[in-house]
Amino acid sequence: MSLLGEPELTEDGEFVINIGPQHPSTHGVLHLKVWLDGETIKKVQPHLGYIHRSIEKMSESLSYRNFIFATSRMDYLSAHINNEACALTVEKGLGIEAPPRAQAIRILMAELTRLSSHQLWWGCMGLDLGAVSPFFYGFRERESIMEVMEETCGARLTQNYMVPGGIMYDIHPNFQNRVKNVLKQIKENFKEYDDLLTGNVIFEGRTKGVGYLSPEDAISYGCTGPTARGSGVSCDVRKWFPYDGYDKLQFNEILETGGDCYARYMVRMAEMRQSVRIIEQMIDNIPEGDFQTKTKAVLKLPKGEFYQRVETARGELGVYIVSDGAASPYRIKYRSPNFSNLSALEHMAKGAKIGDLVAIMATIDLVIPDVDR
Amino acid sequence: MFIKDYIGTIYKSTVSLLKGMKLTGYYFTHPKKILTEEYPDNRATLKMADRFRGEVVMPHDDNNEHRCTGCQACEIACPNGTIKIITKQELQADGKKKKAIDAFVYHLELCTMCNLCVVACPSDAIVMAQTFEHSVYDKRQLKKTLNKPGSKIMEGVE
Repeated sequence: MSLLGEPELTEDGEFVINIGPQHPSTHGVLHLKVWLDGETIKKVQPHLGYIHRSIEKMSESLSYRNFIFATSRMDYLSAHINNEACALTVEKGLGIEAPPRAQAIRILMAELTRLSSHQLWWGCMGLDLGAVSPFFYGFRERESIMEVMEETCGARLTQNYMVPGGIMYDIHPNFQNRVKNVLKQIKENFKEYDDLLTGNVIFEGRTKGVGYLSPEDAISYGCTGPTARGSGVSCDVRKWFPYDGYDKLQFNEILETGGDCYARYMVRMAEMRQSVRIIEQMIDNIPEGDFQTKTKAVLKLPKGEFYQRVETARGELGVYIVSDGAASPYRIKYRSPNFSNLSALEHMAKGAKIGDLVAIMATIDLVIPDVDR
Repeated sequence: MFIKDYIGTIYKSTVSLLKGMKLTGYYFTHPKKILTEEYPDNRATLKMADRFRGEVVMPHDDNNEHRCTGCQACEIACPNGTIKIITKQELQADGKKKKAIDAFVYHLELCTMCNLCVVACPSDAIVMAQTFEHSVYDKRQLKKTLNKPGSKIMEGVE
């Protein structure tokens, strides 16, 4: 290996290059070692660990109320849903349930988070494929959602609004009006999204038939979320294992059968519309009552193992807590969606061109801090 | 057949290109719809949301009195060790000794603004301030003592 001199060639005459860890299209500190034959990808090897903060180990020394804040830093684009997963697991262990008002607010916040996450993905996807303007259009509506979050939760990205037993404090009086305005704006903007990217011939040429993932492979690699649903695998946790009252809501699980980048793109675009549909059902029907159930000052889970899964914007997040009866968890494991989705990258990228690798990575929608934790 | 497809592709490309150009052109000619916040030029008018979590502060009233009893609930609730409370024994007017805070040390550089200390406080002694310009030239300036010099606990706060 020489850094400055001759390029590294393998015995078969393959050319090895490193993409990342500091590369704009890897969306973070992901390091991809790529073996190339000309411009065709022979092999991709993701190298992880550049942003490992040992959140799981750190949580073992924190109490059940305190460890939740760190999960905002895992998948920072769906921080809310991560916090919800932790709160739900602790509630499962304690044998309590959040009051109806808290559940409704949790769903509203989770769907707003999903909307903002998908909008950021949409902008970044355009940017990755060479179109700069979608980035600004995607961020514009996202900003209005961030303002709603700021007003009610007190923070824009790392909200930490969930506590075991409900939510930290009640919604802001402006919340409902503001969300309605945001929804009105977003529904108008969906048309703009379609005008800019969806129907564009260059975009279709870059994504259609690129990065095919068969349903069998999606299952065997453990892909979840829009990545698997683009291949026709039904895996929406909100439908299969409803939590926080998702079973009372009317929404569709989006499935596409294409399995390519375009199918994954269409799944996310349709999911945004479903999120809007869910928020519209909930926004005027937030039940009155408490926003938090009374819990003890020091939470202690009974001895045992507890698992709870939720659907984040990227797939299925599982929180697994082993408790030995003490005030802090004995072991915590997060089953993060991005790690499993990244493992399918090599399968998808094999045989594709190097420009397509960027398109494939954009449609998996990677968030690297969630891969490393 | 090939020619027909070829011309069809060119037509479709042109239409989709113009569609996108129409949208970007609209925003180019309608700058009123631009939503950029012109920070720091708008510093005078910029107001953060009421609940925005900037830093932990301890409000004092006009008599230089705060509400902190030194119970250390916030210190226990903090996940990062941001808060350190140093207590002392204070002589009361009736001759009895009572626990009071000597210094409420707050490390802004460790704080993640998770709000758990504010929620944990039983006497509402600390709140979140809406400030956000925290940059300093020296790390030591981030270590703050929240109770003002010479301050004491408010009457009736237990």
